[in-house]
Amino acid sequence: MPQINQLADVLYSQLFWLALTLAVIYFGIGKAMLPKILGTMDARDSRIADDLAAAQVAREAADATEEAYRARVLENRTEAAKLTAAAKSDAARATEAQVAKADEKIRGKVEKAEARLRAATDAALADIENVAAEAAQDMVTRLAGVSVSKADAAQAVKAALRQGSGQALANG
Amino acid sequence: MAAEQSTIDPMHQFQIDSLAGSLSGNPFAFTNSALWMMIVLGAILVFMIGGMKRELVPGRWQLMVEGITGFISSLIDTNIGPEGRKYLPWVFTVFIFILFSNLMGMMPFGVLSPVAEYVPGVGLVSHPFTITSQFTITGVLAIISFSIVLIVGFWKHGFHFFSLFIPHGTPKVLLPLIFLIELLSFLVRPFSLALRLFVAMIAGHILVKVFGSFVVSGLSSDGPMGWGVALLSFVFIAGVSALELLVCAIQAYVFALLTSLYINDAENLH
Repeated sequence: MPQINQLADVLYSQLFWLALTLAVIYFGIGKAMLPKILGTMDARDSRIADDLAAAQVAREAADATEEAYRARVLENRTEAAKLTAAAKSDAARATEAQVAKADEKIRGKVEKAEARLRAATDAALADIENVAAEAAQDMVTRLAGVSVSKADAAQAVKAALRQGSGQALANG
Repeated sequence: MAAEQSTIDPMHQFQIDSLAGSLSGNPFAFTNSALWMMIVLGAILVFMIGGMKRELVPGRWQLMVEGITGFISSLIDTNIGPEGRKYLPWVFTVFIFILFSNLMGMMPFGVLSPVAEYVPGVGLVSHPFTITSQFTITGVLAIISFSIVLIVGFWKHGFHFFSLFIPHGTPKVLLPLIFLIELLSFLVRPFSLALRLFVAMIAGHILVKVFGSFVVSGLSSDGPMGWGVALLSFVFIAGVSALELLVCAIQAYVFALLTSLYINDAENLH
């Protein structure tokens, strides 16, 4: 085995060159370059973590904004519904009042008209009695040659009319 | 050298030859082992510097470097804890040096060198030298790791460090025996650390070389029997090589993992 056979010859040379190599790796790479590489990696990791945290914060802010927006929309909607209901009831009340007023006015008019109608009817009825009395007076004079006073004729017509109306009532 | 020998010596790949300066005990002799250490060092430096762009959005190369760096730093974070960061340079050094040495030893190329062998039709080549197949190398790595454990342990905890050898809830009667066993297993650690890597690398390489020699002798023999053996051996080499690449990474990982576990013992006791 050359490793054993040559040990005495090569030992110091091996140690010397190994020490040189390890020293270069240890100080050149292990002490000088590794911290920089790890620093780069740490910086990247912290940057990613920061970005993620910022994204999380932004997301929470967006969520909060949306929540507030939703709440306001809901509030506005209830407000609008309330306003609508109020407006609706106001309008209904106003309409009712107007309708009542109009009703009042119309009733007045109708009553007036009815009164007028009644007056006209009464007048017409009186007229009919007069005309009937005159006609009866006339007819009696012509047919019987008896002159009847106007008051008697009117009395007779009134009785006849009452009888007639009584008959009409009895006839249904 | 191999050319003078009639058969292929599977141990020849572990031979250290001097490329400059006489070999006998000269610490500055530049050997093929030293050459491959420099090649490994150069490869590691190129690899690491290539990933030093430090961009916010890493490219492929930077991602590879950050992957290995993050792998070792998370290994330390999980095994030692936040105070383990100061041991990161050493654990990383161990990991990357072993990983690149193992992988470089598996590379199927030769690098031109002054004592290259002449291969007909190919030219001057020097076979890849696996640094981690030398127990002088793995031993030094293990000793340094073990020294860190000892120094940190006694520095932080003083003689209280010996409580490491007494598990919780040990009956008083068994105390001396348990202490002895634990101490022994603790002292064996550097050897197991060094030998595990050394043996894993040497075994795989010998296996590949032995089957390689089967291919050569099978092809040089006459008849289909030899060719069949050669073909079978070749397929086997491919399989073993793939397995060896896995072992390369696993051994580097195991060495780094055990180093961090041992340092954790020293740092946090139990």
